[in-house]
Amino acid sequence: MSVLELRGLTKSFGGVHAVRDVSFEIGAGEFLAMIGPNGAGKSTCFNMINGQLAPDSGDILCDGKNIAGLAPRDIWRLGVGRTFQVAATFGSMTVIENVQTALISHARESYRLWRPAASRHRTRALELLRQVNMQDAADRPSRELAYGDVKRVELAIALANDPKLLLMDEPTAGMGASERHGLIELVKRLVVERGISVLFTEHSMDVVFAFADRIVVLARGRLIADGDAASIRDNVQVREVYFGTGKTFAGASA
Amino acid sequence: MTLNAFLFQILNGLSAASGLFLIAAGLSLIFGVTRIVNLAHGSLYMLGTYIAYTFATKIGGVTGFWGGIVATALIVGVIGALIEIVLLRRIYRAPELFQLLATFALVLVINDAALWLWGPADLLGPRAPGFRGAIEILGRRLPSYDLFLIVIGPLVLLALHLTLSRTRFGRLIRAATQDREMVGALGVNQAVLFTSVFALGAALAGLGGALQIAREPANLATDLIALGDAFVVVVVGGMGSIPGAYLAAVIIAEVKALCVGIGVVDFGFVTINFSKFTLVAEFLVMAIVLIARPYGLLGKAQGAVRSIAEPEEPIRPATPLLKALGAVVLVLLVCLPLLAQSTYFGSPYLLVLGIDVLIAIIFAASLHFIMGPGGMHSFGHAAYFGLGAYGAALLVKWLALPFGAALVAAPLLALAGALLFGWFAVRLSGVYLAMLTLAFAQIVWAAVFQWEGFTGGSNGVIGVWPPPPFDKSWVYFLLTLVLAVAAVLLLRRVLFAPFGYAMRAGRDSALRAEAIGIDVKRVHWLGFAIAGLICGVAGGLFAFAKGSISPETIHINRSIDGLVMVLLGGVQTLTGPIVGASVFAVLQDTVMRQTEYWRALMGAIILVLVLAFPQGIVGAFAALWRKAGGRT
Amino acid sequence: MRPTHYMLALATALGCAFAAPAFAQDTIKIGELNSYKAQPAFLEPYKRGMELALEEINGKGGVLGKKIELIVRDDGANPGEAVRVAEELVTREGVVMLTGTFLSNIGLAVTNFAGQKKVFFLASEPLTDKITWADGNKYTYRLRASTYMQTAMLMPAAIAANAKRWAIVYPNYEYGQSAAATFKDMLKKAQPGAEIVTEQAPPIGKIEAGAVAQAIDDAKPDAIFNVLFGADLTKFVREGNTRGVFKNRTVVSLLSGEPEYLDPLGEETPVGWIATGYPWDKIKTPDHVAFLTAYQKKFNDYPRLGSIVGYTTIKSIAAGLAAAKSTDTEKLVEAFKGLSVTGPFGTFTYRASDHQATMGAYVGKLALEKGKGTMIDVKYVDGASVLPSDADTKKLRPSAD
Ligand SMILES: Nc1ncnc2c1ncn2[C@@H]1O[C@H](COP(=O)(O)OP(=O)(O)O)[C@@H](O)[C@H]1O
Ligand SMILES: [Mg+2]
Repeated sequence: MSVLELRGLTKSFGGVHAVRDVSFEIGAGEFLAMIGPNGAGKSTCFNMINGQLAPDSGDILCDGKNIAGLAPRDIWRLGVGRTFQVAATFGSMTVIENVQTALISHARESYRLWRPAASRHRTRALELLRQVNMQDAADRPSRELAYGDVKRVELAIALANDPKLLLMDEPTAGMGASERHGLIELVKRLVVERGISVLFTEHSMDVVFAFADRIVVLARGRLIADGDAASIRDNVQVREVYFGTGKTFAGASA
Repeated sequence: MTLNAFLFQILNGLSAASGLFLIAAGLSLIFGVTRIVNLAHGSLYMLGTYIAYTFATKIGGVTGFWGGIVATALIVGVIGALIEIVLLRRIYRAPELFQLLATFALVLVINDAALWLWGPADLLGPRAPGFRGAIEILGRRLPSYDLFLIVIGPLVLLALHLTLSRTRFGRLIRAATQDREMVGALGVNQAVLFTSVFALGAALAGLGGALQIAREPANLATDLIALGDAFVVVVVGGMGSIPGAYLAAVIIAEVKALCVGIGVVDFGFVTINFSKFTLVAEFLVMAIVLIARPYGLLGKAQGAVRSIAEPEEPIRPATPLLKALGAVVLVLLVCLPLLAQSTYFGSPYLLVLGIDVLIAIIFAASLHFIMGPGGMHSFGHAAYFGLGAYGAALLVKWLALPFGAALVAAPLLALAGALLFGWFAVRLSGVYLAMLTLAFAQIVWAAVFQWEGFTGGSNGVIGVWPPPPFDKSWVYFLLTLVLAVAAVLLLRRVLFAPFGYAMRAGRDSALRAEAIGIDVKRVHWLGFAIAGLICGVAGGLFAFAKGSISPETIHINRSIDGLVMVLLGGVQTLTGPIVGASVFAVLQDTVMRQTEYWRALMGAIILVLVLAFPQGIVGAFAALWRKAGGRT
Repeated sequence: MRPTHYMLALATALGCAFAAPAFAQDTIKIGELNSYKAQPAFLEPYKRGMELALEEINGKGGVLGKKIELIVRDDGANPGEAVRVAEELVTREGVVMLTGTFLSNIGLAVTNFAGQKKVFFLASEPLTDKITWADGNKYTYRLRASTYMQTAMLMPAAIAANAKRWAIVYPNYEYGQSAAATFKDMLKKAQPGAEIVTEQAPPIGKIEAGAVAQAIDDAKPDAIFNVLFGADLTKFVREGNTRGVFKNRTVVSLLSGEPEYLDPLGEETPVGWIATGYPWDKIKTPDHVAFLTAYQKKFNDYPRLGSIVGYTTIKSIAAGLAAAKSTDTEKLVEAFKGLSVTGPFGTFTYRASDHQATMGAYVGKLALEKGKGTMIDVKYVDGASVLPSDADTKKLRPSAD
């Protein structure tokens, strides 16, 4: 059964066709990677799924319901969380307050005017931070964190509403190789533990091939391949897009 | 109005438009590149009129007039460069908008300097050599100088356009207007770019002022008038867009000229004097444009400007020690009425000043609530103060409501206003939001000013004194104290509550906040409304404290006072507005008493504070405290 | 932390504010507040006028055996601020009375304050009729001839013009509005056939002079009633001159003959306008000559109308104190009733009925002499001659006494 299904999703900016007629499904509990060169339309896809952009045409079905064009906050309420390519946390808050703010919103308490936020959902927030190994930094201002840590806090924030689908746009951008593996491993573990589906983009093919259950490939806005690691590795079209003809992933990724 | 009269008024409008354009173009450039809200722009314009007058009368003749205009532009350009180098450059790392405080101080200093140098009398320059007379057009006489202005506006526009599109300097300016960080990345010396842009903007202001001496006297009130005009034109045209500025200038000038041309119209059931609408025409235009086109006529949505300021510290609850200290001070304040009566060093005036300070605190705290944690820089907060004040006064005057009821009802009117205006304002951000709030405030001001039968017009409402026992200052002081403490604690409580976090979340990253289910616009809208409500309390208290109110309670000067208080105290701290308001109100009281040149003194003090405390007073102390290892 | 911080700061600040001197009273303190920064052209000469009067009075030993001490404050051109300053003068400085103010709304706010707090207030310059009539009170007197009076002084000339079509131009606030209303009222009574063909009400300080001048010209009036002053007037006159708006038209104008507004016009002075004003070089009465000589000697400058008002204000106060033989407020209120004062414009009285001084103004034609504006055919109009009778006044003062 799929948690999310894209049907003929299309978006253009002025003359640029960022995404053209893209269709695929994300299965329950699936760890799905979306790859493609820079400018392929990955972020645009993410932005349409989470509601930040309205598609020009096409449907986004979530539990059979078309969510295309809904506001991000409404889509989030349906259980779709996300992290951003350029990590975004609330810089004026501590790490744990970031998570608490998300938990408060999840509990629909954002308009409460009286009881302090600091006392709300603290245990749960600590638990989430522990899961991403950030519990020791709980009371530090989030703006002081190293970039990799910010990404992990973002992950904790994104998990706050018990999402059934998590969208992660380049979660490991700017990380070193070992840190990158660590994070993806962590995500994979959470996914398995909690049974959520993840759609993520990632530039390191090592990571993608090692962890992804399935891979979709975008190039110039079009979906050019959809399959497991082995089939993508051998796909001629994909290789062409990435390296021109001839080379293989095995030779290229380092 | 005949067709000829109509067409002729269009010509009048075009010549006025050139004047407006010249004031505004420089401001637009400066803002576009440096993001500084330069309140001193009008002062540079005013200096232009005085300096050009001096050339035109001391040297005289063609050289004195035309040469003087060129020389004036250069001189004012140099002054602008000096301001940037000596003052503004030191505070680029301060929180957003902080530079506004410095330029506000400059307004005060420059005005007194002009008074000292040129004296109090208006100085009318000579007619322009070569353009003394008028030409017959459409059976009417158009001053040839107006024709000259009609031409010069587009010429300057063209010159600027060529500079911006054809030169490296121009390309840098455009790049910086689009994305300030990129310029730094391109390896351009940002300091030099900022200085030269400031100089160019100032020179344009000086030129604009100089060109007016043939039409209007150099006079000490022009600084603020020119500033107001320039802001409106820049915002309507779109920040950073020079052609937009010209277009906006034309629209605004034409609307005014036509209002004047239409004059009095009898509609049978009502007679309307359209010339009175020139009071508010530009602000109506601005409000309409901003609602329909949030970035102005030819403006582009700006990439989020990442602040280069020190980021904000997380908010923390009070420590026990400070709580205890707060309690002590509160007790002292409660005892103030006793102190005031003591013959040794007291005076009942202490209570009067105390009331004013407390009202200022409520005003500033409510502004800070949306400005700091909400990130909404309201330039029209006086609107809600005024609505509160007028609400209270008019309820007493027309409905004979008792004091208590009026005091309770007053904030509700402010709330209604804030709900209405806030709904539009939160759709914008940054300086556009600021300007829309300003436009709304000016519209309220104009409505109050104009609606004489109901509001008392320019005289306002007089004779709204509180009944016994509140007519005694000590009782009223205690009432104000209770309400001020309640307001401050309430706002604080809300900031620590989920709502405050949601509001800050929306400010820190609207994208992220929306992605965790927060309706940022609605949260900010409600925040705006809460601030309006609390501000209305201050307004109501003010009306009864003074016994009379007038449109000045809504005037832009009060809005600016509020900004100054908040920035002075430190926008990134929760006590900042309280300290800022206290310092500002007490300063004003003391300084105004001290000297003839109190404005310059006030400006100088603010400049010192600005340079000494670039995070605001409390911000600076908090930073010191953190450095010393303490926690706030 | 936060509330604590602010309270500390507040307490310190308020502590500093105590530092007011509270020494024994060996002078009579008069509190004066005015919009010095907002209206410097009028008020700097005004201040000099006060200084001159003070010097003369104190030089002769003061009044009631004490010297007069003037405590001058800026009111920030804002009624709210003005009320605070008034409170400060009364409660901290311990002044025995208040005087001053320029703008109508500030004059009214202080008038109301005086009534409420039972403080004697002599409004020196604000012109609005309301200070002595609609909103007048027991404790407030006013020196300067009101809007009503000044308009009335010009009416004979306006009626003599026998114009059918009138245009009116006035700044859009209390002073302009009430002058225009009074003018229309009086014109209607005196000359029922006359018609107002246009009314221009530009915002004060922000006139679109070209457009306004043109709109007036387009209405083809026979005569114009002008209430503009200051920078608005200067702009309007230059535009009007260039566009020929004033040609062959009678212009009747309030205040334009006052040096404050006339001098900046220079060669632009609209010759032939009939205006109220102060032709300081043309008044040869002994009272004025004495004043003029003393003023020029002290300041090496000629007086403006502000100088007259400032000077006469202080003279009035001294006379009032002497008559009251006390600084007590109630006694001062009584003493000013019918008080007779001699100033540069001669002797006048403060009417008991409406607390308005009868000091008049000069009416004449604007003229150009040696490139400078002046007045000719000058006539002094006594204020008493243009005021309603005491009986009629009663009806105009519902709330007073
Ligand atoms: N807001 C936008 N306006 C205009 N073009 C855009 C915008 N966002 C993305 N694009 C364009 O759409 C294409 C796809 O971009 P994006 O989705 O960010 O690619 P990816 O994330 O795969 O690198 C690119 O050509 C990009 O320049
Ligand atoms: Mg991307």
